[in-house]
Amino acid sequence: MDYARVLRGVAGAAGFLAAAEVVGLSGLVDDRFLPRMSTVLGAAAGLVADPDFLADAGATLTVWFLGLLLTVVLAVPAGLLLGTLPRAEAAVRPLIEFLRPIPSVAVIPLAILLFSDNLHLKLAVIVYASSWPVLINTIYGLKDVDPLAKETLRSFGFGPVPVLARVALPSAAPFIATGIRVASGIAVILAISAELMAGGSEGVGIYITEAASGGRIDLMLAATLWAGLFGLVADAVMVAAERRLFRWHHVRTGGAR
Amino acid sequence: MLTITDLVHSYGPHRVLGGVSLSVAEGELVSVVGPSGCGKSTLLRSVAGLLKPSGGRIMLAGRPVERTPDDLAIVFQDYSRSLFPWMSAANNVALPLRRKGLDRRRRREAAMSALDQVGLADAGAKYPWEMSGGMQQRVSIARALAYRPSLLLMDEPFGSVDAQTREDLEDLVLNVCAHHGMTILLITHDIDESVYVGDRVVVLTRSPAVVAADLETRLGRSRDQIATRQLDAFVRLRAEVGRLVRGGHTTEPTSVLEKQ
Repeated sequence: MDYARVLRGVAGAAGFLAAAEVVGLSGLVDDRFLPRMSTVLGAAAGLVADPDFLADAGATLTVWFLGLLLTVVLAVPAGLLLGTLPRAEAAVRPLIEFLRPIPSVAVIPLAILLFSDNLHLKLAVIVYASSWPVLINTIYGLKDVDPLAKETLRSFGFGPVPVLARVALPSAAPFIATGIRVASGIAVILAISAELMAGGSEGVGIYITEAASGGRIDLMLAATLWAGLFGLVADAVMVAAERRLFRWHHVRTGGAR
Repeated sequence: MLTITDLVHSYGPHRVLGGVSLSVAEGELVSVVGPSGCGKSTLLRSVAGLLKPSGGRIMLAGRPVERTPDDLAIVFQDYSRSLFPWMSAANNVALPLRRKGLDRRRRREAAMSALDQVGLADAGAKYPWEMSGGMQQRVSIARALAYRPSLLLMDEPFGSVDAQTREDLEDLVLNVCAHHGMTILLITHDIDESVYVGDRVVVLTRSPAVVAADLETRLGRSRDQIATRQLDAFVRLRAEVGRLVRGGHTTEPTSVLEKQ
């Protein structure tokens, strides 16, 4: 890990917090609508000991995890199939390219109509939105597999399925992992968006809605801060895992991320 | 062992092989040399069953080659692409042995023994990208050796390493293959090398390629990088192959016809 780089990132974040605090102190913004940064940070620290918030955070985390798991289980095999069958991919590609740019949040109202169960609704929108990067990266990763690597194994008499399992899949794995990391960020967004729009009994989105309607802007922002922080940590953990697991890939590509 | 009869192949309208016939006897090392782009690799890929030729017949151990033969291994020029970077050297060597139905321990033993033969006894745990080019190509050679193929194909195997490593690898292949009595078809564009390593040198013409000459080297089995290259027989043969590769029209334009 590049120490100086981390330090600069911390300095940037600290600078932003300090600037926000100064703006709050200066009286430019009414702090009934936008509480001072120190107040928000204090409230965020307080949420760690708030059982209501912890229950909500746990619920969102569960939905996020299940959604991401379901995404991987569905999108990776679909990508492998489309990546190995170019004709099928050509047939499906226009549909993918049409659906993918639609803002995923826009499908939530439809999901509300379709699903009576709140958990099913959330999982459905998370899987819908998070599948695209996993699917696209899996297809792309498979196309990027070196033909010579496949021929090497073929020349030793390995058939198409063993070649897929022993060359194509490991070779595409770093791309698939990157897709899953992107999907994880999307899953956080969709989990909370679905809670905000579709309601329900628990979740960080529900906490935010209730804090806002109760006039507790500080708690609302504090919960939002935790959601952002969670996304950041999840991303960092996955980056670290990718670097460890796919060191061979990063060595080859010059460590570029 | 291997008999190729009138092999023809075209990529679209472009005909690369114009009827190549050659044979390799058991235990023989035959080098195929020719000008670049003459279809040497196409020939090798056809023998390996990786490519379906437009015409002609390839018989390996009495059976026509239709798909990839079971008992065959290839060493490619591009070791960095042909070795799997996510596996250690030992696992790279051991992987094809799954086809032989060996259990994990036996695969491991065979891999370590093959690595030992190519002088990499201590490098089994290293990854390809932690090795020099020469070491990586040694791993590829070890992978082919461990598989014990009845026919080993080598496609410009020493084309991407420095001169010193190249000589080491040439001698390594000569020694190890003499030791195992392997049958090898080696493709190269290097005239010197084709003569140095081959029991026979098959010279191809420009595409559409046909066999311009099929020459016995008669240099004996034990060869030496300095002494062999000083032999009159070596120097004469190298000159002859050189002329043939250049299409015979720089000097002695009739030698192609004479040989056939």
